[in-house]
Amino acid sequence: MTSRPAPPAASRSALRAQRLRSAAMFLAPMLAVLAFVAGWPLARTIWFSLTDASLGDLAGAQWIGLNNYLEWFDYGDGDGEYFGLLADPGWWNAVGNTLRFALVTVSVETVLGMAIALVLNADFPGRGWVRAAVLIPWAIPTIVSAKMWAWMLNDQFGIINDVGMRLGLLSAPVAWIASGDTALIAVMIVDIWKTTPFMALLILAGLQMIPRDIYEAARIDGVHPVRVFWKITLPLVAPALIVATIFRGLDALRVFDIVYVLTPNNQQTTTMSVFAQQNLFQFDKFAYGSAASTLLFLVIAFITIGYIKAARLDLTGGGR
Amino acid sequence: MTAMKLLKRAAFWALVAGIVLFSVFPFYYAILTSLETGSGIFTVSYWPDALDLGNYASVMNEGEFPRNFLNSVGVAVAVVIVSLCLAVTAAYALSRVPFRGRGLLLLTVLSVSMFPQIAVLAGLFEMVRYFGLYNTLGSLILSYMIFTLPFTVWVLTTFMRDMPVELEEAAIVDGATPLQIVVKVFLPLLWPALVTTGLLAFIQAWNEFLFALTFVASNDTRTVPVAIALLSGSSGKEVPWGEIMAASVIVTLPLVALVLVFQRRIVAGLTAGGVKG
Repeated sequence: MTSRPAPPAASRSALRAQRLRSAAMFLAPMLAVLAFVAGWPLARTIWFSLTDASLGDLAGAQWIGLNNYLEWFDYGDGDGEYFGLLADPGWWNAVGNTLRFALVTVSVETVLGMAIALVLNADFPGRGWVRAAVLIPWAIPTIVSAKMWAWMLNDQFGIINDVGMRLGLLSAPVAWIASGDTALIAVMIVDIWKTTPFMALLILAGLQMIPRDIYEAARIDGVHPVRVFWKITLPLVAPALIVATIFRGLDALRVFDIVYVLTPNNQQTTTMSVFAQQNLFQFDKFAYGSAASTLLFLVIAFITIGYIKAARLDLTGGGR
Repeated sequence: MTAMKLLKRAAFWALVAGIVLFSVFPFYYAILTSLETGSGIFTVSYWPDALDLGNYASVMNEGEFPRNFLNSVGVAVAVVIVSLCLAVTAAYALSRVPFRGRGLLLLTVLSVSMFPQIAVLAGLFEMVRYFGLYNTLGSLILSYMIFTLPFTVWVLTTFMRDMPVELEEAAIVDGATPLQIVVKVFLPLLWPALVTTGLLAFIQAWNEFLFALTFVASNDTRTVPVAIALLSGSSGKEVPWGEIMAASVIVTLPLVALVLVFQRRIVAGLTAGGVKG
């Protein structure tokens, strides 16, 4: 150790210090912007949720504790009633809609995405074109897809009803968007159409990491393709599948655009994000909307933290 | 045996055809509708039977749609440039300089991309009004950083991490500063990653709706998604489906073109990022 020449060591540590300094300088602007557009606004939203802020008077907001979430209102005669988000049937309706939406769309998207990924993983002429076609729904703006489907699902002039009647699947035209029973289904259809490609691509990336010789060996042993899928493909693609499902699930929980454009002001399809936005900017209940936003944030934060803990994401090196 | 094989082939191609039809048909149908005017719109047709550009003409000549289109282009381009500039240097620090807390920092950046937009909406609204950015495109450029920046940083970090150490060592021996290393050594090698992340950021900014709906309120400052969502006929009674579809096609064509040209890069970026679609 002592034989090591001093000057290079000194210059090496000087170099290291210089690199650390520049790393800090490189990171500062990015972190400042993120703190500015994400950290601070989030803190303010949570603060607003604990006040009586209204859209017209944000500055005059007064602290009212957790009353936006839950408040016992005493009538004075020993009787009373709960108020606040947690006692609001409208909020729980939105929670229910969001959960139904997330559960159905993510499951269908996973199954369909898997099927498409398996097809795209096979070798056939024109595969590049098919993959490009599959990307189209992903690239189309959500608003545009909602409008396109609103037109296709139109009760009088829509092509979906026309096809359904021609094929004998429908006996009478269905008012997909207007009727309460089918409105949420219509929203789900649009989301499934729009997001299945993304799912398929993530799964396809997982499929392509499976070494080909495993399949070769299975083929030589004469294993039935269905058995190959359950015993080889599915277990090996499972990690990619789980990551894709969780990202999609988190995305589905905050759904806003499709619902807002396809079925405006419809109780049957109001999701948590839509509920929050309505209270913030349409019903002039800014603080109440902030409370709803905060709850949605907490739900997503818990799932994310749980996922990171469970997956023990490798963030230091290597990784994906 | 051969009949069985033939049947399998046919089933496979039917599946492929089904997938393509499922993906492309709604867009195809939007194009068909956009080329029809008058009562033609209200009869369902499966094949192009009209070629009337009237809807396109009225979308481009009446109202503020061309302006909205330019707004969208401006916002998306600005967002891409700003987030790439901020992300390249940050990604260098996160991928090439070992320091304590690096993993945690990366995790924090990643978790920002999980934020539901609605959670920051109230706070951002206050901020936008405070800085006098309400109803300006600046409010959108600023707020879009929340989803483009974490994503770009994450993807560029994973790209840079895989580059060989020797690259840098030679530059360090020559006495290059870290900024010179980023600009002279990494930037030329990084352009495929920059194209990929830039494209994805562009598409995200182009498609964003909630912030654009909230922070901008007049016809001439809107971006196209909001303009399309609010498009209603002059009479106010009938929904102008032909014009809506024409506007939709105009907005979507640039994206479809980008996807067809850069599909390989986009797929690579989506799967490397895996963060958000």
